[in-house]
This record gives sequence, C-alpha cells and structure tokens, in this order.
Amino acid sequence: MTSPRPLLRFEGAARVYGNVQAVAGVTCDIAGGSFVALVGASGSGKSTLLKMVNTLVEPTAGRVLFGGEDVTALPPARLRRRVGYVFQGIGLFPHMSVAENIAIGPRLAGEKLPPSRIAELLELVELDPAMASRMPDELSGGQRQRVGVARALAGEPELLLMDEPFGALDPLTRDALGEKVRELHERLGLTTVMVTHDMAEALLLADRVLVMDAGAIVADESPRALLAGEGGDIAQGLVAVPRQQAERLAAMESPR
Amino acid sequence: MGDIWDILPGLGDKLAAHVVLSASAIGLAIIIALPLAVWASRSATVSRIALALASLVQTIPALALLALFFPLLLSLRAVFGEGLPTLGFLPALLALTLYALLPILRNAVTAQANLDPGVLEAADGVGMTKWQKLRLVEAPLSAPFVMAGIRTASVWTIGAATLATTIGQPSLGDPIFAGLQTQNWALVLAGCLASAGLALAADNLLWVIEVGLARRRRWMSLGGVAIVALGILAALWAGRAEEGERPIVIASKQFSEQYILAKLIGARLQAAGYRVEYRDGLGSAVVHSAVANSSIDISVDYTGTIWTNYLKRDDNPGREAMYETIRAWEARENGVKVLGRLGFENAYAFAMRADRAKELGVTSLADLAAVAPRLTVGGDPEFFERPEWIAVKAAYGLDFASKRNFAPTFMYNALQSGEADVISAYTSDGRIAADRLVVLEDPKGALPSYDAMIMLSPRIAGDAGVIAALKPLVGAISVEAMREANLAVDREDAQKMTPKQAAQMLAAKAGL
Repeated sequence: MTSPRPLLRFEGAARVYGNVQAVAGVTCDIAGGSFVALVGASGSGKSTLLKMVNTLVEPTAGRVLFGGEDVTALPPARLRRRVGYVFQGIGLFPHMSVAENIAIGPRLAGEKLPPSRIAELLELVELDPAMASRMPDELSGGQRQRVGVARALAGEPELLLMDEPFGALDPLTRDALGEKVRELHERLGLTTVMVTHDMAEALLLADRVLVMDAGAIVADESPRALLAGEGGDIAQGLVAVPRQQAERLAAMESPR
Repeated sequence: MGDIWDILPGLGDKLAAHVVLSASAIGLAIIIALPLAVWASRSATVSRIALALASLVQTIPALALLALFFPLLLSLRAVFGEGLPTLGFLPALLALTLYALLPILRNAVTAQANLDPGVLEAADGVGMTKWQKLRLVEAPLSAPFVMAGIRTASVWTIGAATLATTIGQPSLGDPIFAGLQTQNWALVLAGCLASAGLALAADNLLWVIEVGLARRRRWMSLGGVAIVALGILAALWAGRAEEGERPIVIASKQFSEQYILAKLIGARLQAAGYRVEYRDGLGSAVVHSAVANSSIDISVDYTGTIWTNYLKRDDNPGREAMYETIRAWEARENGVKVLGRLGFENAYAFAMRADRAKELGVTSLADLAAVAPRLTVGGDPEFFERPEWIAVKAAYGLDFASKRNFAPTFMYNALQSGEADVISAYTSDGRIAADRLVVLEDPKGALPSYDAMIMLSPRIAGDAGVIAALKPLVGAISVEAMREANLAVDREDAQKMTPKQAAQMLAAKAGL
C-alpha cells in the first residue's frame, strides 16, 4: 500500500513548551490514502504532533514535509485549504449560517461556493440541504460536528486532520459519524490522520495505529497486529481496555 | 419654574455645540480605543498598562481634568506655536476623549478575552490570516459588547461635557453654571433637562444599534447609525454660523456681577453694530490668559487680582499706583489694553451681622483681633490662600477659633445662620445692604484695592469703534449701583432679575 513518496513526512519533529518536551523528535512517514490513528494518553503529545501538520503549532526542531514541501515554508492560508481540520471544539462561527460556515475556506481564497456545492457537501455528511440557512445554535451537537466535517471538506483537501473529532458526542452519534468519516475517506480518496484517546475507535476506523507516549511514537502497527499482541506494553495496555470490555459483555450475553 | 419651557427653546445653539463636542470626543475615543484593544488582546502587558492608565484618568474629577488641559496646552505652545488653542473646543475635546476611553477600552478588551477559544482555533484552522480573523470573526463577535461600552461612554461624556463651560467651550453647561451663580433655578433645570434628554436619546439610539448587532439585524444597526449620523450632521449644520468675521467674545467669571457686566458691555457693543458672543462661567484663572491670547476679547478684571496673581506682588503701594502699574504692565507684557476703571471696587472686606458686631463691640479689624479667638471666620474657597488674608492676619494679629470654606453664594447664609461669625465679603456685593451687614474698617490699609477694570485683548485693543462704545462706562458705575444690580440677580423673591435685566437697570442708573 505504501506509495513511493509519502504524502506526509515527520523528520525529527519536536516541540518544547518552556521545559516540557511535548513532542520529542518524531520521525515517521504517512502514505497517501492511508487512515492513520494517533492514540495515547492525555499529554502524550498526539495533538501537538497533529497541529504541526497545519502549522497551528510550529516545531522547535526538525520539520514536517507535506507533498515534499516544508509546511512552515508554505503560506498558511494555502496550506490549510489543502488540509481539512476537524476538532473536538467544532468551532462553528456563531454569527454565520451553516452555508457561510461551510463556504468560509473557499471564500478566504476568493472563491464563492455555489448553493449546489453546499447542498452536495451537506448531503455528503447526511444533513438536509435545507439546513444551509440555519444558524449554528439551532443545531444539535452531532449536526454541528457534521457541519464541521463538511466545512473541512469544502476546499477539496488532500489531507484530513481530526483532533478528537467525536469526543464531545454521545455514543450513538459518535459511532455513526465515525462510520461516515471512514466512508468519506474511501469515497473521496483522502489521507486521514485522526487523534483519539479511544483505542476501540482507532482499531475500528484506522488501517494504521501510532501509539504515542511522552512525546514519542512507541508503537506503529496495523489494528490486526495490535490485536495479535504486537506493539509492546504501552500499546497492549491501551488495547486491553476495549478487549476486556468486549469479553465481559460477551460473557454476560453467552448462555450459562 | 414654568419659565423652563420658555428657556428650553433658546438652548438650541448650546445643544448643537454640546452634540458636536460629545460626538467628537466619543468618535476620537473609539478611534483610539479599538486599535488599542486589539493590541491589548495580543499582549497582556499592553492590556494591563492601557487599562491601568484609562482607570487612572477616571479617578481624576472631570472638572480638574478639563482645567488641567489649559496649562498643558499652554506649555505645548513651545512646540506647536502660538496658534495652538488653549481654551474652548480643543482642551474640552481632549479631556472628554480621555474620559470616554475607559468604558470602550474595557468592554472591547473583555469581549476579546471572552471569545470562544474553539471559534478562534477554527479561524486559524480554516486558514484565516490575522487580519481576516479580526475582520470576519473577532470584530463581529465582539461588536455588541464594544457597542455597550460606547453607550456607557456616551452617557458619561454627554454629562461631563456640561463642565466644558468652565474652559470656555459653549455647551449645555452654560445655562447650568449661569443659573447656579445667579440662583436662577429654572435656568439650571433647563440645562440639566436638556443634557439628560440628550444622554437618554443617545443611550437609546446606541442601544438599538447594540441589539441590532447582537441579534444580527442589519437594518436595526444601520437605522440607528443613520439617525445618530443625522443628529450629528444637524448639530454641525446649526453650529456652522461661525464663518466670516469672528464676533467679539466677552467673558464672565462665575459670579453674578461678572454676568451683569458682560451683558452691559455686550449690549453697548451690539448697539454699536458689533456681533458679540458670551463665554459665561469661566474659571477665574482661565480668563486672564484667555484675554492675553485673544481667545477672549473683553473681560472685567480687578486690580487686586492681577496684582497678586500675575504681577506676583504682595506689597500695597496704594490704589492709584497699583492701577497705573498694572495698566503699563498689561500693555507691555501681554498687549492687553486696560480701557479704564468702571468706578467701583469689588474688594475683599470683612463683614459681620449688625447685631453680632454691636454685641461684641466690633467696628474695625483692630477690634476684631481682640475677640477673634472666640469666633469662626468663613471665606470663599481661595480666600485663606490669598495674600490679602495673610496680610490682614499679620497686620492685626488675627487668630480665629476656626476657619471654614463656603461657596460665595452660601457664605451669607452661613453668616445669617450663625455658622460663621465673620466672613470675607466683597464690597460690591448686594447682600451687604440687603442683609444689613457691617463692613469692618481697615485702619491700617492692609487690604489692597480691587478696582474693576475693562480689559481688551490684543486683537481689539486698537479698535476705535469698540473703544468709543465702551469708553462711557469708565467711571460710570458706583459701588451702590453695582450692589443694587447684584442684589437684583442674587435675590430669590419676585423681584429677581436676569443678568440682562439687571444690566439694563444698571445702564439706566449710570445714565447711559
């Protein structure tokens, strides 16, 4: 599956806050078309690593290459059009309608999205195109995050970054939206990097799981390999949680 | 009090001046505060310093802040040249702008600080530049809060603008200060009503804009802005008449005699075909400099005041020598022409109730010294700092049990009610006769003379027409006639007169 030149490459990327080493020199390639999950406990540096890609955080050492170019050398506005960003806070602009929110990225680039394209994007995330004229405070949490995904896709990005995108949603919505994102990933031929602390979500959605601890990648495995016991203690510690939950649930279901 | 309805329609030009001044101050404050708030939202240090300075300004009483700009601008003339105005619109604008900064700045900074961090992260995430983020996200989301700050600032500024009167800027404070000094309560109320009405109107209009911004009703915001703009334009239109030849500006300080004499002088100039304008209720310290730099053309000042305050002398060479020295000094130092003396003195004197004086056996300052340790002396706020007081104290060995300050108007009431046994009265004051007060003799001649003089600014010092119109006033006004006119304005009964009526009476008495 690996293409000859990776879409995304971290070369010793590091970030220091004061004297805290948030990311400690990560080197890693991400191939075009892959769905990668970054998993780790709070403070393991996974969000910081992700934000280095769209330069919301700049590395203090090393660099991040996107399509072979150093991201810090690219104009931020142009870079962020090619890189969709979805995060837990959603961050819809409360003074703009759903349509205006979705169209904001292209608008910044001087392009006006036609209503048909906005309807198409809303349908893509399974929302009624009539919602285009609504204001964000009229939507439910799940609907808002769907609009957030539609906004991230409006600029037809090559890369989709997601930072705990479903963290604030109820389990049903979360599951449905996860499935949807995976489906869009396939359909649109995206490359997706998703940060999550939920190993079950990572195993179910991603085709490659990077486990982070104390700013470093401690495991880089496929979901299948992780379930087979690869990846070391920290990774296995994280895998054990959903596995034990599943076993306990199975035990409760099975007849005595 | 029914007179209020007669007075209000006449306040149109004051209202227009008030609107133009307040709107300019708020506008300037917005222009300064908003960029400062943006800068403050990017730097905690700037935020702390800006808010601390704006708060500090608020702790200075508005009246003092306005007054402080006079010496400040005077010293800045060294840099900007003699053309820099030190009175009137400019200092009023600067002081009120400083005053309006805090609410706008504080609300804008608070609004920025309280923006949802998720929304700001999204703005970065979709690739906004700093400027786009400010324009598309931060500004529209902060706008209702900023508008609330502008509302607060507007109400404060419209209220504080009444104080601009004291530094020679026409405003709705003119009727308030004139009314306070002449105890014309209808005039005071009319000024207060007009300025309160203006503040309420501004508050409501700005509220409509604020709600329009908060609810994203564009027509509401734009409608409100349009009405505010129309009001300001109307005020500018009403105030535009200042073109062409400048009228002759006549000053009056903050007491009745000054109002009456200003009207007397104004009436004679108008009769001679001149356009005149009054700057009523000026601070005493401001008047002399204003005449010297021609921002005011005519004032009535007193020999004793000039002698101590501007020549910095504390000797007493006698009445004639003092006048001649001042006349020569004014011409030489300031180019101010002392046209002549009106004929009466408004000197400091010590006055007592007749019954009390008799009971204590006091007829002169020498007698007073013997009983002073048992008595309370009342003076106007500056009296106990003045060299006259120091001279009299030294000459007679006066040592009172206590000293109290009163506003000139209330000093006489204090004497009547026994809160003071003796007061620093003014010899031309009508209440000396009305209250049958005894003016104590000054056998040692310790109190300097206070001859009233007409002062002409350098701008009109050589104007033969003005001189011809005012020359007949020289030597024409006796102290009795002045007392009578002052009493007519100060009294509270049905015979109370306006300064204008009193000026007519005075002119008739003087045979003019």
